Amino acid sequence: MSTDANLTIEKPEGEIKLQTQHLDLYYDDFHALNNISVHIPARRITALIGPSGCGKSSFLRCFNRMNDLIPSAQVSGEVLIDGANVYDRTTDVAALRKRVGMVFQTPNPFPMSIYDNVAYGPRLHGIRERSTLDEVVEKSLRGAALWDEVKDTLRKSALDLSGGQQQRLSIARVLAVGPEVLLMDEPCSALDPTATFKIEELMIELMENYTIVIVTHNMYQASRVSQYTGFFLLGDLIEYGPTVQIFENPKDQRTDDYVRGRFG
Amino acid sequence: MRRTRQAFEEQLEQLERHLLEMGTFVEGMLEKAGRALCEHDVPLARETIAADDTADEMDLQIEQECMRLLALQQPMSRDLRTIGTVMKVIADVERVGDYSVDIARTAIDLAETEYYKPLEDIPRMVEIVRGMLRQALEALVARDLELVRQVIEKDDEVDQLWYKLRGQLAQAMMERPEIVQQAVALLLVARYLERVADHVVNIAERVAYMETGRLEVLAPSHRTDADSEEDAPDPTAPAE
Repeated sequence: MSTDANLTIEKPEGEIKLQTQHLDLYYDDFHALNNISVHIPARRITALIGPSGCGKSSFLRCFNRMNDLIPSAQVSGEVLIDGANVYDRTTDVAALRKRVGMVFQTPNPFPMSIYDNVAYGPRLHGIRERSTLDEVVEKSLRGAALWDEVKDTLRKSALDLSGGQQQRLSIARVLAVGPEVLLMDEPCSALDPTATFKIEELMIELMENYTIVIVTHNMYQASRVSQYTGFFLLGDLIEYGPTVQIFENPKDQRTDDYVRGRFG
Repeated sequence: MRRTRQAFEEQLEQLERHLLEMGTFVEGMLEKAGRALCEHDVPLARETIAADDTADEMDLQIEQECMRLLALQQPMSRDLRTIGTVMKVIADVERVGDYSVDIARTAIDLAETEYYKPLEDIPRMVEIVRGMLRQALEALVARDLELVRQVIEKDDEVDQLWYKLRGQLAQAMMERPEIVQQAVALLLVARYLERVADHVVNIAERVAYMETGRLEVLAPSHRTDADSEEDAPDPTAPAE
């Protein structure tokens, strides 16, 4: 439990993959994340919920240092993967982003073939051999539950795929570089319900091998897919615990108000 | 913070109001059944039996309301627990209605029978279980855990009356074989009332869950017959 009496932060049982300690994030003078200390379990889905601007996406971006790309962002405290601080000076950021992949709100296929989209990352990391690439592409597309739909059209443009297929392609592209952690920032917000359910099913399958952290505005999605949920409000992590607890009997009144849709 | 979901809040309030109406209606059935039995009032007994259709209808309507809210509003946290509680509670209230019908049927069966002694403990049991039902529903609406505790306490009183009556009736049957028929009927009525009290305890436990989020048995000794029998005096022992 947190030492702060106003917060209810539980440490999950079992192996911990990600951890933050006294994490603060500023954008210039704006205090976006306030002293966040939390443990995220390995090979589980952790959902981050909260109203717009609460800091949940900023928090997500700390794990692969995507905030480095924002000049005004300043981070203090520790962000640990398997116990090693990703903000350590010696961290190879490119290698970090290989370990910690990210899927964004809008599918973003490159204007090239389906095959080349998936092979892009491995090629960037030096894989040139055709048979190896073929293998990685098939494995990644299978992993993203897209293989059966595209195996005969791998040379076609990825831009011709539907929105849901494009998002699964984005996931395949992340899988192709062999990550350990998948960060998902509103991965279904641009998709219709059928495509959303496919992605949710895929997440549950991927959970066997990957640690997944998802930011979502859709509380019902959080309750459907995740085992742990964190509720952010105005830069504070107000409550973090088993998903069933957050949605059935949250300990903090602010969490209760939010999950019941009582403020906005 | 600005409050939202006002329409949903109103629907939840309406749901509780409907449950309260059903509870009050069934409590009325129980009162009429008890009175019909004590006063040999056959028309009142028939009225009670006929009322059961209305109670069943209320049960179905409230369940439908719950299902609709679950499907359309995706309730969470306290709202989810409230709807889940109402769904469970209507089943218990409906059972109380069924027991009232059983008592009313007994009243018709015994309409021509002069009781071997004036009924005292049975009307007393009816009064207590009616009060318990009222209190349990008040506890639900007021989210009052003190009332929950009181309901559970009163269940002990009902149990004691049940044990006492069982002993008395067994004794009377041994002494006066000609009253066996009415004694068996009255024994069953006492048992129905004891079961009604257990259903009301279920309701109280659900109210506690709704408030605390913890599902727990608050009156464990009333869960099984075996447990109840342990504390029960020997039915064949002489009455006081």
